[in-house]
Amino acid sequence: MSHYEAPIREPLVLGDKSYHDITEDIARPIEGKANRNWYIAFGISLAAMLWGFGCIFYTIGTGIGVWGLSKNIGWAWDITNFVWWVGIGHAGTLISAVLLLFRQKWRMAINRSAEAMTIFAVFQAGLFPIIHMGRPWNGYWVLPIPNQFGSLWVNFNSPLLWDVFAISTYLSVSLVFWWTGLLPDFAMIRDRAIKPFQKKIYSLLSFGWSGRAKDWQRFEEVSLVLAGLATPLVLSVHTIVSMDFATSINPGWHSTIFPPYFVAGAIFSGFAMVQTLLGIMRKVTNLEAYITRLHVEYMNIVIILTGGIVAVAYASEFFIAWYTGSPYENYTYMSVGAATGPYGWAFWSLILFNIAIPQLLWIKKIRRSFIWSFIISIAINIGMWFERFDIIAIVLSKGHLPSTWWRFEPTFIDVGIFIGTIGFFFVLFLLYARTFPVIAQAEVKTILKSSGENYKKLRDGNHE
Amino acid sequence: MSSNKVVHALYNDDEVVLEAVKKVKAANHHIEEVFCPFPVHGLDKAMGLAPTRMAITSFLYGITGLSIAIWLTWYTMIGNWPQDIGGKPSFSWAENMPAFVPIMFELTVFFAAHLMVITFYMRSRIWPFKKAENPDPRTTDDHFLMEVPVHGNEEELTNLLKETGAVEINIVDKH
Repeated sequence: MSHYEAPIREPLVLGDKSYHDITEDIARPIEGKANRNWYIAFGISLAAMLWGFGCIFYTIGTGIGVWGLSKNIGWAWDITNFVWWVGIGHAGTLISAVLLLFRQKWRMAINRSAEAMTIFAVFQAGLFPIIHMGRPWNGYWVLPIPNQFGSLWVNFNSPLLWDVFAISTYLSVSLVFWWTGLLPDFAMIRDRAIKPFQKKIYSLLSFGWSGRAKDWQRFEEVSLVLAGLATPLVLSVHTIVSMDFATSINPGWHSTIFPPYFVAGAIFSGFAMVQTLLGIMRKVTNLEAYITRLHVEYMNIVIILTGGIVAVAYASEFFIAWYTGSPYENYTYMSVGAATGPYGWAFWSLILFNIAIPQLLWIKKIRRSFIWSFIISIAINIGMWFERFDIIAIVLSKGHLPSTWWRFEPTFIDVGIFIGTIGFFFVLFLLYARTFPVIAQAEVKTILKSSGENYKKLRDGNHE
Repeated sequence: MSSNKVVHALYNDDEVVLEAVKKVKAANHHIEEVFCPFPVHGLDKAMGLAPTRMAITSFLYGITGLSIAIWLTWYTMIGNWPQDIGGKPSFSWAENMPAFVPIMFELTVFFAAHLMVITFYMRSRIWPFKKAENPDPRTTDDHFLMEVPVHGNEEELTNLLKETGAVEINIVDKH
C-alpha cells in the first residue's frame, strides 16, 4: 500500500474526513460571513494602522528629528523593529522550504499561513529603512541604475546594500512560491463559487489552473527546486541583516557569531509568531482538525532548539565580554555593566522572556497545550524584540568617549510607528484569513490517506 | 464522424485512478489527459509523460543570474568608476570579490527562481485572465477525470472504464 505510515505516528488530520470534507472545511471561512470578533479585531488593527500611518506622515513631513535619536544613537527603535519583523518573516519560508526538503508532512497544515505571515512581516520590515532614509522619495537610489550624478553607482561593498538585495529577493521569491502553491486552491474555490463576482475574482487569482497531470508534474518539481533555492536564501537574509552590525567596528556588534546566532533567533521568533497567529486562527476558522496538538508540539520543539542556540550565543557573548577584561566590553549588551546599568530592565526582560520562559517547553504537557504555547509565544515575541533593542540601544548608548554617553528614549512617534506596523500586519492577516484558502488543501489531501485519523484507524485498528 | 468524441471517466480515489490509467494503457488506448485535484504520485510515469525539465531551466537561469551579478559588480565598482571606499580601494574584481559574494548569491537565486516560475507558467499555460480548462468543476475538489478519445469503439471503452472503477462516464463532443 502506497499510503502506509507507521502506526506510532500520530494522525495529522483528525476526525473522519474525506477529500470533499477537506474542500468544505477550507472553503467555509471564505464563503461564510465574518463574525463579530473578526470585525472587532479588524477595527482595532485598522485604527492602529491609521495611527501608525499618521506618525509616518508626520515623520516624513517634519524629519526624523521627531524620533528619539541623537548623534550617538542614530539607530534605535526603527532598526529594532526592522530586524524584529524580518526575523518574524523567517518561519514561513523555513516551514515551506526546509521542511519540504526534509519531507515533513506536518508542514502542510501550516505552511500557507506561515508564508502569508512571512510576506506581511517583510512588508512591515521594509517600511523602516525606507522611512529612516528621511527622504523616502529618493529610495530608488539604492538600486544600481544609470543616473545623472556622473556615473555614481551604489556601493556593493556595503552590507546595507546587500540587505537591499537580500530582502527584495527574499520577499519576491517568497511571494511567487506562495502564489504558485495557492493556484490549485484558488482553483478549488473558483470551481465551487456560486456568486458570479466571486467566481470572476478567483478565476483571475487562480490563473486558469486546470490540474492536468503534466501541470502537477511540473508543479511538484518547481516546488522542490524553489524549496532548494529558498533554503539557502532564508539563511542568507538574516545572515546579511546580522552583517549590518557584524561588519561594523563597534564592540558589541563586531562579533563573528552574529550570523548563525541571528538566523537561529529569527527562526525562534518566526515560529513564535506562527504559534501566536495559528493559536487564534484554528479556533476562529474552525480548523482544529488540521492544526492539531501535534503541529503545536513540533513547532515548540523547533522553538526549544533554536531558543537553545540563541541562549548559548548569549552566554558566549557574555563570557567573551567578561573574558577580554576590556572596560569597554563591560558596556556591551551582554555584560555585567548592561545587567546593572540604566538599561538593566531591558537586559533582564531579554533573559526572562527569551531564555527562562521558553524552558517551560521541555515539559511535555506544556509543549502540547494550546493555551501555554500561545502564552509562551507571546513572551518570545516580546523577548526577541528586546534582544534587538538591547543590541542596538545599549551598545550605542555607551560610546568610546564617556562625554558622549546618551540614553535613548523613544518619542510617541517611535512607539506610534511600531504600533502602526503591528496594526498593518494584522489588517493584512485578517483580510487574508477571510479571502484566501488558509490551508494548502491540495497538499493536505495527498497526506490524508497516510496521516488521516480515520485511515490510520482502518489500517492499524487490529494492532491495538 | 466520431473523431472528436471523447470519454470523460470520473473517479473518486487516487489509487483507483492510478490503477485505471495502467489498465487503460495496457489495453492500448490513448489517454489524452487526466485532471486531478492534487498530485498523484506515479501518475505521470503511468501515463507515459516525459520527465519535466524545469529543474534544468532553473540551473541555466541561475548561471545567467550569477554572470549578471559578476558583470554588474565589476562594471559598477571596478570598470566604470573605481573609488577608494573606507580605505578599501577598488583595483581588481578578484580582490574585492568577497564583498560581492552576497550579491552574487542573491542574484543567482533571484534569476533561478523567478525565471523558472515564469517558464512554468508559460509552459503550463497559466497566467492572469486565463480561462480554466478542466471539463468538470469537481476535478479541483475530490474527483479525477480521465479523458480518452473515442475511435468507433465506444462500447468497449466504456465497459473497460467501468471495470476500472469509474464512478461516472460521459461521452462528450470536444470542439
